[in-house]
Order: sequence, then C-alpha cells, then structure tokens
Amino acid sequence: MEALFSLVVGVLIASGTYLLLRGRTFPVIIGLVLLGYAVNLFLFSTGGLNTHAAAVIGESTVPTDPLPQAFVLTAIVIGFAMTAFVVILAIRARSEMGSDHVDGQQGEAGDAK
Amino acid sequence: MSLLWIPLLTIVGIVVPVMTSRYGRKTCVTATLIAPLLALGLVLLHAPTVIAGNVVSLQIPWLPLLGLDLALRIDGLTLLFSLLILGIGSLILLYAGYYLSAEEDDGRFLSYMVLFMTAMLGIAMADNLLLLWFFWELTSISSFLLIGFWGHRSDARRGARMALTVTGAGGLALLAGILLIGQSVGSFALGEVLAAGDVIRASSHYPLILTLVLFGAFTKSAQFPFHFWLPHAMAAPTPVSAFLHSATMVKAGVFLMARLNPALGDTALWAVVLSLVGLITMLYAAWFALLERDLKGILAFSTVSHLGLITLLLGLGSPLAIVAAVFHILNHATFKAALFMMVGIIDHETGTRDIDRLGALWAMMPLTGTMTILAGAAMAGFPPFNGFLSKEMLFEQSLVNNVLGALSALIPMLVMVGAILSVAYSLRLIYSLFFAEPKLTREQKAQPPLKAHDPARGMLAPGLFLAAMSLLIGLFPMTLAAPLVNAASLAVQGDTTPLFSLALWHGINLPLLMSLAAVAGGVAVLYHHRRFARIAALFPARDAGLLFEAATLRLIKATLWLTLRLENGSLQRYQALLILCALLMAGIGLSQLDALTGELGVQPIDGMVVLGAVLIIFGAIGSALSHRWRLVSLLMLSVVGLSVSLTFVRFSAPDLALTQLSVEVVSMILMILALFFLPQRPPLLVSGRRILRDLLLAVSLGLVVAMLNYALLTRETLTIADFFLRESVPGGGGTNVVNVILVDFRGYDTLGEITVLTLAGLATFKLLNRMKLFMPAGNLEGIRWSRHRYPLILAVIAQVLLPLALLVSVYIFLRGHNQPGGGFIAGLITAVALVLQYMARGHEWTRERLPVSYSAVAVSGLAVAVATGLASWLFGYPFLTSAFGHFDVPLLGEIELASAMLFDLGVYLAVVGATLMILINLGRVTTIHRPRMEER
Repeated sequence: MEALFSLVVGVLIASGTYLLLRGRTFPVIIGLVLLGYAVNLFLFSTGGLNTHAAAVIGESTVPTDPLPQAFVLTAIVIGFAMTAFVVILAIRARSEMGSDHVDGQQGEAGDAK
Repeated sequence: MSLLWIPLLTIVGIVVPVMTSRYGRKTCVTATLIAPLLALGLVLLHAPTVIAGNVVSLQIPWLPLLGLDLALRIDGLTLLFSLLILGIGSLILLYAGYYLSAEEDDGRFLSYMVLFMTAMLGIAMADNLLLLWFFWELTSISSFLLIGFWGHRSDARRGARMALTVTGAGGLALLAGILLIGQSVGSFALGEVLAAGDVIRASSHYPLILTLVLFGAFTKSAQFPFHFWLPHAMAAPTPVSAFLHSATMVKAGVFLMARLNPALGDTALWAVVLSLVGLITMLYAAWFALLERDLKGILAFSTVSHLGLITLLLGLGSPLAIVAAVFHILNHATFKAALFMMVGIIDHETGTRDIDRLGALWAMMPLTGTMTILAGAAMAGFPPFNGFLSKEMLFEQSLVNNVLGALSALIPMLVMVGAILSVAYSLRLIYSLFFAEPKLTREQKAQPPLKAHDPARGMLAPGLFLAAMSLLIGLFPMTLAAPLVNAASLAVQGDTTPLFSLALWHGINLPLLMSLAAVAGGVAVLYHHRRFARIAALFPARDAGLLFEAATLRLIKATLWLTLRLENGSLQRYQALLILCALLMAGIGLSQLDALTGELGVQPIDGMVVLGAVLIIFGAIGSALSHRWRLVSLLMLSVVGLSVSLTFVRFSAPDLALTQLSVEVVSMILMILALFFLPQRPPLLVSGRRILRDLLLAVSLGLVVAMLNYALLTRETLTIADFFLRESVPGGGGTNVVNVILVDFRGYDTLGEITVLTLAGLATFKLLNRMKLFMPAGNLEGIRWSRHRYPLILAVIAQVLLPLALLVSVYIFLRGHNQPGGGFIAGLITAVALVLQYMARGHEWTRERLPVSYSAVAVSGLAVAVATGLASWLFGYPFLTSAFGHFDVPLLGEIELASAMLFDLGVYLAVVGATLMILINLGRVTTIHRPRMEER
C-alpha cells in the first residue's frame, strides 16, 4: 500500500513537473494543479495511511493524526486561490502581450534555448 | 553611566560641524572640538581607576536574544586608544581647520572626522564582540567617506573604493570569526570570551576562527599581502591620513589582535603567523618607503612597516614583547601623526609632495624643519626619542625569541635589516627635504624656484606638540608613558605583565650595539640611495591599484556572465534550475538514510486502492501527454482530482474529501472558462532535446519524491496528535478535531488563509479590469458557438437544486464543529450552488435576484473573523482565544455555542465571497457587465 501510494505521488510529481516546464501558460497551470495534488497527498500521508480512523472523537477507536489533515484542508483552499490567480494572470498576460507564452513573447526564444 | 556619555558626546559632535559651518571656519572648528574634548575629560576621569589596574564597565541589554548588549568598558588598552583617538583626534581637527582651503566644505569634512572618531572610540570601548564588529564596520564606512572626500578626483574615488573593498571583506571575515567564537564560548561578552581562552583554543574551530579574525585584523592594519590599499588611501586629505592612516584606524587591526590575545593567543599557530606576517610586512614596506618619491607614499609605507613591527611583537608574544608592542602603538601614533601634518604643511605651502622637487627648505621653514627632525628622529629610532626605546625593546625580544625553532636566529637579523631601512628612509626624509638641493629636471629648473614659509601658528602647533611629546616620552618614559603602558598590557595579558623599566640607558649591551649598527647601516644605505633606486628600477613596477582594478573588472565580468547564464529571462530556465536544486538537495538528504524501507511494516494492497491508483496515474500521465489538446487535458485532470478526493475518503479524512470535491468543481468551472480566453491549439515549436531534458528532470524528481514519501511512510514519526485529540473536547468544545484545529487551536493560521483567499479574489478583480479580450467566434473547426446560451433543462434543475444545496451547506456548516464539515466546505458548497445559477441563467438574471457585492461579502467575512479574535481582548484573553458554553434554548433544548462558530462564520463568508468574486468576474467579462463598466 505504502509503495503504491508513493508511486502515485511520484507520478503526479513527474507529470506536474513536466507540464510546469512547458512554454505555454495553460499546461503550466495544469502542472501546478497536479503538483498541488501531489504535495497535498504527500503532506496528508505524514499522518499515516489509516483506515476507519477519522479524527472525530467518539467515532473511531484509534483516531488518525488530525494535524496534517487540517494543514491540507487549508492548503486545498489556498491552492484554489492560487490557481485562480494564475489562471486570470495568464488570461491577462495573453491579452496584454498577444501570446500565451510564459515569457510573454511570441518569438519562441525560451523554447529555442 | 558616565561611560555611555563618552560615545554619546561624540555622536552629538557629528552634527555640530554641519550646523556651525555657516558661522565661519574658526567658530566651526572651535565648536567641533567641544564634544571630543569633553569626552576626553570623561575618559581621563576614569584614568586613575584604570591605571590602578581596574576595569570600568557598563552593561545595558539591547538584543539579549542575539547576545548583543550595549556593553562598554574602559581598561588599560581602551584608555590608551581613547587617548590617541580623542587626544590626537582633537589636535588633528584643529589642524584640519587650517589645512582645508577656504572654499571647501569644512562642515561635511569635520562631521565625517567626528563620525570616524565615534566609530573608533566604539571599537576601543566595546565590551561585546558584536558591538565591536558594528563599530569596526562603521570605521570602514567613515574611512570610505573621508578618503573619497575629494570625490571629483578619480584617484580619491578609486582609493576609497579599494579601502572599502579590502577592509569590508576583512570585516565580513571578522564577523564570521566572531560568530564562531560566540558559538564556542556561548556568549559574545568580551569578559566571558577573554576568560574562555582555553575553550576556544581547544575547540576544533580554532584554526578557522584564527584565520577569519586575523584576516579581519590584517586587512585593517594593512599587513602583507593586504597592505596595498593604504598607499592608495593617501589620496585622502592629509588630516585624514594623519588621523586614520597613522594614529588610529590602521591600529584597529593591531588593537583587535591585542584585545583578543588572551582568547586566541599563546599558541604556536598564532605566534608563527603573526611573527612571519609582521616580519615580511615590516621589511617589504620599509624597502618601498625607501624608494618612494611621494612624501605621503613614504609615510604610508613606513606606517605599514611599523604596523608590521607591532604585529611581529605581538607574535613574539613574550610578556615584555607585548609591553613593547603597546608602547610602540603609542610612540608610532605620536611621531607619525606629526610627520603627516608636516607633509600637509609642505604640500600646502609649496604645492608639491615630490621629494625630488623639494629641498633646502630649512632656511624657509625652520619650525617645520624642527618638527620634522624631532619626529623623524623618533621614527628612525635615535636616542633620546621614544622610538629608540621601543626599538631597543624589539631588538632585545627578537634576540630571546624561539618562535621559529632553530630558525629563530633569523628574526633578529631580519629585524636588523628593517631597522637599517627605517633609519635610511627617515634620514632621507629629513635630509632631502630640508638640507639637500632639489634634484630638478631641466624643465623644472626653468620654472621659478619654490617659495615657502612656515604656516600659521595654529597649523604648526599640533604637529610641534606631538613631535615634542615624542622627545619628552623618550626623556621621561617612566613618568609619561609607563603607567599607561602598564595598564594597557595588563589588559592584554592579565596578571602576567612583568615589572619593567623604560629607560634610555641600560648599559652597553647587544641591543644598543644593534641600534648603533642600524644607524651606521642606515647612513650607508642613504649614501648609496641612487644605486638602490637603480637596482629597484630593474624590476618592473607593479601598481597594486591597477592590479586591483583589473581584478575587480574581471570579477564583475565573471559575475555578469554567470548572471546571464542563470537569468536569461526565460521562466522555463528558472524553473528547470529550481527543480534541479530541489532534486540535488532531496537526493543528498535521501543518500544519508541507511535504507529506503524503514522499520514499520507495510499494509496489504486491496483492489479498490489499485483501481484508484490506476485512475490517478492514468489521469496524471494523460493530462501531461495531451497538454496540447487542452480540453482533453483538463478532463484528465479532473479524473485525478476526483480520485484524490476518493483517496481522502479511503484514508480516513472525510473533511479533506469534502473540501477536495467542492474545490474540484469550482476549479474545473474556472479552467473551462479560462479555455475560452486562451488559444485553443498552441503551435508545436519545441525541440526533441528540450523534451528529453524536461522528461529527465520530471522523472527524476518524481522518483526522488516517491522514494522520500516511501521512506517517510515506513518510518515512525514524532507526532503531536495526542495533544489535539486530548484537548479537542475539553479545550475547543468540538469532537471534529480537524475543524477544532482550524477554527480554534490554529485559528491564527486560518485567519491568514482566508486573508490570502480574499486578496486573491480582489487581485483577480483588478487584473480583469479594463482587459482587452480575445474572443473566438467559434471552435477550431470553424463551427460557431451555439446561440442558446442558457439551456432550459439546466435552468430548471439549477433552480430546484439551489434551496437544497443551500440547506446542505447550512447543515454542513452547523455540524462542522462536531462532525465532518465546517466553514470552508459549507462556503464552497454555497459558492457552487450560486455559480450554477449564473451558468444556467446568465449574469443579468441572477444579478437581478441576488444584488450582492461579493467583494463586500468576502471582506465582511474577514471582518467577522477578526472581530471574533479581537473580542477575546475585551475579556482580557490573547487574540483569538475561543470560549464555548452550553445554553438552554426554548424549543431546541440544550445546544452548545462556541465563539469558534462565529469565527467559522467568518471563514464561510470569506470563502463564498472570494470564490464567487473570482468566478463571476471572469464569467462576466464577456457580458456588458465587465468590471470596466461597473468601475466607470
């Protein structure tokens, strides 16, 4: 189970990183979201992978660690705020520069190097 | 308390010249002198106590966490230096009043001088190493300002820059050394550091500490090979040279070595480094002093040489050698400051400092000549001047040293050579200036001969006073100098200071013979001076200034090259570098683990988990592969998001699952909206090599993170979960621990979160304002968008769903404290329900029925949260302390109300407001309700 979980996180990181290195804004945003999932899963897993152990007093006999969950909960919401901001920044950048390249130029200077 | 007044007085003195300069030169100088003289008086008040062998000190805590105290002390060494700084400093201020020409900005100049005086006084008085370092850097800065005072001259600018670079680099090294000392000793207080000498010497960092501290000291005191900045600093006005570059600042390095002698000294390394560097500096600089033609250059090299001599004495380290070092600090300051003032006078009167052009000045300037003879004889070490006494002591100590083992006999021989050179250049100075005929070239002979006369009495008096002092100290050393020298060396070496007697006549002994031989040798060298000059001319002259400038230029070019490599304006490059760094660091961390799998056993895999994993992997790789088909990529992404929320369900995190699910909905809506404004099919313009590089980076990072995660998951970790699980009900009044943490235990964090969320919402509003739009009329195949914007079925369903969804969100909100749910999730559900209305009916229709400003909602949410936090102040508790109680409400029975609930309401409002602000603003840019319209 642990190995499979780590594999999933690793694949998310790899896909996210690959997209992050693209030259257009949209894949970069998708990459950021994927990285966000990976990081959230990673953080969440620091509390351990427990089954039937929700951190609600009285519901489960051995509740899992609630602290990573609290962190990840806010991380998800903040992640959304950041995604939204980046999305709108990308739209604005395209409207200002006329290109959706991350370096803001139509010429593929960044791609060529 | 009067200790604090000493530096405070000079600090006040910094502004005096600037304020009084408009009332004329005389008033300005007189007013400027008040503060240093008062400070000198205060120092002298403490003199009897200090000379009796006590230390006066004052401690005021400043930044106790950093170990930085405003701690001042006066011991013997401080007393000696304070007298030099304030005493000679005042004389030089007086002299400077005459030196500066009438149109020069005397206010600024004198103000810099007093600033420097303060800094130097701080070094001498600091009783805390960090404080000492602070003033150390202040001397570098004020010396930069003073050397560069004539900023219109390029040599002044270059010299100032060079001095700042060299001494600044030394200062940084010194800081590192001091921090290491603090680490070894556990305190920066000077008293504790000096008492902990054995700890420092035994520490494994000792060689490093010594290197760093000595680097600081050597650069400041212009020791070989860092001596080159001092001759270039001679571009400064002469009072600066007299004050900084002979009497005080360059002595700071020597001071530091003497100060830290109890802590760092008394080891073989210390002795060898100091005596070798001192010896080399002494000889090397004396040789150049002999060849130099510029009067100030001669004095600069001679200063370097004498500083080498003091370093050598500190390195020899025997109790009497240290007495000699301290004594020579005093002697050198008196005669060298006088000589610098003499050079200033000659430059002022004749307009040149070239020793070959000058000559036969005795008849014209007898008083200046007398002063030069007195001070020059002291520099040469002739009896009965003070220089003779300390040089005798040096001879004596060099004869008994055993620093270099069997090679120790070399030291007295080399010291002898240094003494011969020193006699030679001192005599040359006196003889060529006042008695020999000038060596003029043919053109110079054609010009009218130089006319000169003794300057005003005020300009002459300070130098004459100092020159007379060097004679008087030589004649009556036991009365004038011994108590001070004794107290100072007590501070340097504690109770091991021997009883010593300073006297001109010790009988006929080896040091006396050496002195006589040095005089004879010096005269002989001077007689053959031309021959030496010719030998020296055989070697190509290497201007340290040019070398330094070239090195600086090379450094700038190299850094520019590196910067352009790293920072080429491409985001992709930056991210690749960043990922590479992360990769390296995580790799290093991983390589330090014994084994990848830790001690915890692994859990078995079941079918559902495999299915979930396959879904996520499929979605992740799929969205990466299909990134040019943007809608497909987005759909793949949503597969991942939904599976992630299922993962949270599987591993006991219901709150996370609910949050992830609702966030997934809003972010998908957002990104689909974004697709409309971005190009639908980007061009494929990327090289295979680039793709390969990115793949390599991505896969390696994925591997490293996966291994890291696996290593973490199979290990026992420290946790503070017990605290939260135990305190949740009694302390926070709720059974859903995750929610209690969010709104209670770590409410401050949550407040920060919703602030960021609200700010993001407001920022998107601003970004969308007045935006030019690219709105394609159809899709890629050229099919136009459907004209039916609001499908009927969706509209009907949305309308039915709205009350249900709102009900659910209220339910989720209310139960949040005890069951999975809470403000974040409820807020997202409300937002989704409302967004659905906008999608189904359009902006106008919804707006008519729901005339709410979402930014106001978000901000009011923040306000509610902050107010809840502030309310706890009213009851005398810290910010965001929560309270809860059980209330009996008619009809409903007993219910529990917590102030945290109100805070959660704030969270709810902020989430609803911010989410809708983002989505609705982006959604309506295509309508007539674009932000631009509303703004106007």
